[in-house]
Amino acid sequence: MTIPNISFGPFDLVAVAPYVALGLMLATVLLAVPVLTWFERVTLGLIHDRLGPNRVGPRGLLQPIADGIKLFFKEDILPSNVDRRIFYLAPAISMMPPLVAAALIPLGDFRVDMGGGQTRPLTLVAADINVGILWVLGLASLQVYGLILGGWSSNNKYSLLGALRSSAQAISYELALSLGVLMAVLMSHSMSLVQIVQSQTGGIMHWNILGLFPFGLVAAGVYAIAAVAETNRAPFDLPEAESELVAGYQTEYSSMKFAIFFMSEYAAVVIGSCVAVVLWLGGWDPIHPVLGFIPGPLWFAGKVLLLIFAFVWVRSTLPRFRYDQLMRFGWMRLLPVALVALMLAAAMSAYRTDPSAGSRIPPKPEKPKPLMGGTQSL
Amino acid sequence: MHAYLTAAMFTLMGFAFVASTLLLSRLLRPSAPNPDKLETYECGPLPVGDAWQQFNMHYYLFALLFVVFDVEAAFLYPWAVAYKQVGLYAVVEMILFVGLLGFGWAYAWRRKALEWD
Amino acid sequence: MRPGVLIFWLLAVPMVACALLVITSRNPLRSALFLVAHMLLLAGMFLSLSAQYVAAVQVVVYAGAIMVLFVFVIMLLNLGGAQKMDAAGLGWALGIAMSLGLAALFVGTGVWKSGLHAGKATAKTLAQGGTAQAVGFALFDPELPWLFPFEVASIVLLMAAVGAIVLAKRKL
Repeated sequence: MTIPNISFGPFDLVAVAPYVALGLMLATVLLAVPVLTWFERVTLGLIHDRLGPNRVGPRGLLQPIADGIKLFFKEDILPSNVDRRIFYLAPAISMMPPLVAAALIPLGDFRVDMGGGQTRPLTLVAADINVGILWVLGLASLQVYGLILGGWSSNNKYSLLGALRSSAQAISYELALSLGVLMAVLMSHSMSLVQIVQSQTGGIMHWNILGLFPFGLVAAGVYAIAAVAETNRAPFDLPEAESELVAGYQTEYSSMKFAIFFMSEYAAVVIGSCVAVVLWLGGWDPIHPVLGFIPGPLWFAGKVLLLIFAFVWVRSTLPRFRYDQLMRFGWMRLLPVALVALMLAAAMSAYRTDPSAGSRIPPKPEKPKPLMGGTQSL
Repeated sequence: MHAYLTAAMFTLMGFAFVASTLLLSRLLRPSAPNPDKLETYECGPLPVGDAWQQFNMHYYLFALLFVVFDVEAAFLYPWAVAYKQVGLYAVVEMILFVGLLGFGWAYAWRRKALEWD
Repeated sequence: MRPGVLIFWLLAVPMVACALLVITSRNPLRSALFLVAHMLLLAGMFLSLSAQYVAAVQVVVYAGAIMVLFVFVIMLLNLGGAQKMDAAGLGWALGIAMSLGLAALFVGTGVWKSGLHAGKATAKTLAQGGTAQAVGFALFDPELPWLFPFEVASIVLLMAAVGAIVLAKRKL
């Protein structure tokens, strides 16, 4: 899609695009909480065949604002036995990874009309990083500290048990998550989120979810299950299983500190959905090129909303796992399935020769000299 | 490298956001602590001892196995972006690598190390 | 000051501070947390050297996996409260001697391997060499000698896994 190059004083559209993307993603992640709590409750109401929020404002739309105001005015209880500094640090740590990961999510790309019949590509992303998806995984692996520290610093048995459970769960499913991500990397030959989306251009048949059939589908399934487990949502919400552990690692948290934990969960849901759309559903690519007149960011937002709906749907449909079942499923089913699928997919893709290349092993383009030994380093 | 600076900026903004929310709520909310309220919450009964006690060592085994498989995954990333250019050779190499670790997984399965007892 | 140098100092000073806090904190969990912060800053240091892949792996493996293991051990062994650490004079001397020796080893290896030349690497070749693709090509190219160490790494990992299971499953 070609758009004119609008200028804002000394800057033009190309110069401000990263900041636009940055602002958009920041707003999305921070607004996600009020909007998603409402969305989740309405959807749950629909699925349970009941009314859902309907008191504050039309269709309960103002409910999240009322909830937010309530949390701001709630007394903050700092129990006397906690480790204070870490108690305050934990919510901040759990909020950070989804926020930073938001900077890496590409929202769409355009061609900018530079005048004189010239156009240049412009991607709407705050930070396009060569190993972007690896950073997303790295950030996801840091999120576990929020849970561990929150549970540990509370000095409460429920909190500590919840923290142990949730961190063991998070690291177990993180393996499956990274193996699912690896399948997409393998199909797109890149770890840059922008390039992964660009490699899927051309409608639904080119998306990674249908790539190397059926392995793309298997890996997308593994990713989806692992993403739900990583965000600690039902049916994997063991850390906050209220019938066993009160509220898990959040038991001693109140007021805004609790709200920040709450926000980080929803932010993680949004980022998890965004990454899934980038990896499997072609990012901003329309479902068929015919529908290309609809702007890419709208496609992106639509797909993300669809996945968030799936998150809520799963929550309302499936019962909670038992803890031993959960660990068993992660290690004995998900992990081997993902690994075997990855190896088979690689063999399949390497066996399929590129018809244009002619030979089995295509020439190696731009292979850089290794920087090992000699006087090259330093 | 510019992109990394943008991401670093996000980190700073995140901390600023969390700090400002906590500060704002501190200004707004009431504060009326008393010893009973500040007691550790265990659904009513008075807690016995600290929570900082020794726990089931089985969690440790999961963490160790996680480290092993995470290192394996770290080797898989450069492979996944390069195997196509290197060709079938790289795929065979990686299947060997993963296969060897598969023995570790099979051993864990045989010893029921991944079961919760 | 050039921006690269500025970034170096912005990372190096907190890094050393974190490292000192790791050994001076009385609370083992806080020590571990400072070590995590140290690892993250180290990842930033790798980034400033254009080693993008190594930086990301530093976060995923060290900060995200190995340090989680450390924290687990601290939590599981009930090392929660502050620990009394009465380091005797001999312990301090030994520790300082060992860390100085290690530092000398690293610096010496660097000087011996490259001899303090400015080197031929430019910002561009460095940036190309640091991507995951470059690491992948170097690792799996049959003409380069890294394939054997790669497979040996697999055996080392296998031993680690088996050892962990044997230790944990032994009747205590």
